[in-house]
Amino acid sequence: MKTVYVDNNATTRVAPEVLEAMLPYFSEYYGNPSSMHSFGGQAAKKIKTARSAVAGLIGAAPEEIVFTSCGTESDSTAIRAAIDSNPEKRHIITTRVEHPAIKNLCEHLGKNGCRLTVVPVDGSGRLDTDYLMKNLSEDTAVVSVMWANNESGVIFPIEEISQAVRERSILFHTDAVQAAGKIPINIGRTGVDLLSLSGHKIHAPKGIGVLYVRKGTKFSPFLIGGHQEIGRRGGTENVPAIIGLGKACELAAGHIEEENTRVRGLRDKLENEIIKRVPQVIVNGDRNRRLPNTTSLGFEYIEGEAILLMMDALGICASSGSACTSGSLEPSHVLRAMGVPFTAAHGSIRFSLSIYNTEAEIDYIIENLPPIIARLRQMSPFWQDFIQKQPAAGR
Amino acid sequence: MWEYTDKVKDHFLNPRNVGEIENPDGVGEIGSLACGDALKLYFKLDENKRISEAKFQTFGCASAIASSSALTEMIKGLTLEEAAKITNEDIAAYLGGLPREKMHCSVMGRDALEHAIADYRGHKPKKSEGRIVCECFGVTDLEIERAVRENNLKTIDDVTAYVKAGGGCGNCHDNIRKIIDSVSGQVRPEPQKPARLTTIQKIKLIEETLEREIRPALKKDGGDIELLDVDGNRVFVKLRGTCATCKASQVTLKHYVESKLKELVTPEIVVTEE
Repeated sequence: MKTVYVDNNATTRVAPEVLEAMLPYFSEYYGNPSSMHSFGGQAAKKIKTARSAVAGLIGAAPEEIVFTSCGTESDSTAIRAAIDSNPEKRHIITTRVEHPAIKNLCEHLGKNGCRLTVVPVDGSGRLDTDYLMKNLSEDTAVVSVMWANNESGVIFPIEEISQAVRERSILFHTDAVQAAGKIPINIGRTGVDLLSLSGHKIHAPKGIGVLYVRKGTKFSPFLIGGHQEIGRRGGTENVPAIIGLGKACELAAGHIEEENTRVRGLRDKLENEIIKRVPQVIVNGDRNRRLPNTTSLGFEYIEGEAILLMMDALGICASSGSACTSGSLEPSHVLRAMGVPFTAAHGSIRFSLSIYNTEAEIDYIIENLPPIIARLRQMSPFWQDFIQKQPAAGR
Repeated sequence: MWEYTDKVKDHFLNPRNVGEIENPDGVGEIGSLACGDALKLYFKLDENKRISEAKFQTFGCASAIASSSALTEMIKGLTLEEAAKITNEDIAAYLGGLPREKMHCSVMGRDALEHAIADYRGHKPKKSEGRIVCECFGVTDLEIERAVRENNLKTIDDVTAYVKAGGGCGNCHDNIRKIIDSVSGQVRPEPQKPARLTTIQKIKLIEETLEREIRPALKKDGGDIELLDVDGNRVFVKLRGTCATCKASQVTLKHYVESKLKELVTPEIVVTEE
């Protein structure tokens, strides 16, 4: 059975070019970049090239790039550094729809001496920026707002918010894990001080992340150890992954155009055709300001895990914001924050595409998803109730 | 990804007995859209009062659909008395086991069956009994108590896995803990029966037996019992709640209350209702 992978906000395939760039650095050029000999030195040179490529993707300077092990480490490092380097300030502002890497960290800090303000979103997943601005205070150490949401794909106005926050001399962090490589990021046009990236969302391997630290930002390392990353992150560099990430960023910079034309077109086709063929579907999130690859669809009166597993039986890989898939009992905090009606929240499915998806794959989903929805609805007591309340023509 | 057994997958992908029964003999409905799962169970009896047809409609995850499908297969051909003995563990066992976090799907099956049988017998569903402990999922203290007792649950996570209580905001965790502690407190100390009882020891033992053994069972059906007096081996009680008006109360009294007291206190006990 073929696999149709439309879960790219969860993780992506390693690009063949990335793998090719990495392979020699496992068993051939395995030197330690910190070594004095030229054998290690060649790895150091490749890291330098990779650092420039990563910086290039977001319009930063190479020395502002710190390699980490993942997006979560980048997030933790950023927030803790902001708190540690501003000991007189104890207020954090974040949003209700952050990834757990920020959400749970901030909640933890909120229970351990910090004051936490959590900014709400509206029904379309748009941030209440007025609420954010009103809550800035003398005591605010850091504001952390994701660039784009992983579930709904909604993009936040980071350029405006970060500049306004920066004018108040407050640190601004953004989790750009989902935005990078999908929409253009030019750090120079923002007031962002700290920015997190993750390799495996942009066709680099798992286990590599990046923290951008604006030149001049007070910083303290999370992993204390050797002098690597100019003392900002101890630990021997993950050389092959860094080289892979460099290649992935180079490729991503070249693919942003395609993401926003062809991939967007496929996403739109998928969304529009499903809406056309399946009654009672809602789109979660602001359709006008979204990542080009993401759609979150709420199928009313049925449950997401059941949809996912029926798709899985046909080789279609997507994910859900429903409760049952995560082991928790409530729909995701993102859908709840958006106030998605519970008729649809439990049946919400996220499709996230990449440049590797083809039109044939999208057609396969368009053909196979509606019968799955119909089958589950035929089993659902609420769907039966719903159609019985409709005028005969709607049946 | 959940590790479902092949039997769960089969009953999910090829569910048996989906649909409604027109003019059913019993219908049980449990769960809600807000809670994330719901089950409507229908059955019809044949001339021998055996379940000849069972159907279901389910809103929920794969294990909820599989549990519903399994339940309909399990109850076909049974009398209602036989069907009433099916526990959530039986449903899970029929499916070759469920992930712990999904046990509430089997509990939902058992509850829907109870409701359907109660519906046939003209009783009201028991859901309204008890006090809501978990606001997020509308779970009562009686439901939690029962799950803890029947499945020997030890932790709040266990309770969440079986009846969902505590799986939302978490404000009820302290109360769930108290229920677990009180149930395990009831189960643990087996009262020792001394060779010869003083009157004080006897009264104490009768009180303990009522509290530990008898009252919880009566409360399940919305009833209660009160100890009025003890005179030698004669025990005077008053039945309360639904027991007070139940036609079967004399049976309850003689066959259940008295026999328990005979067993656990002294064989000479005679119970009389005032």
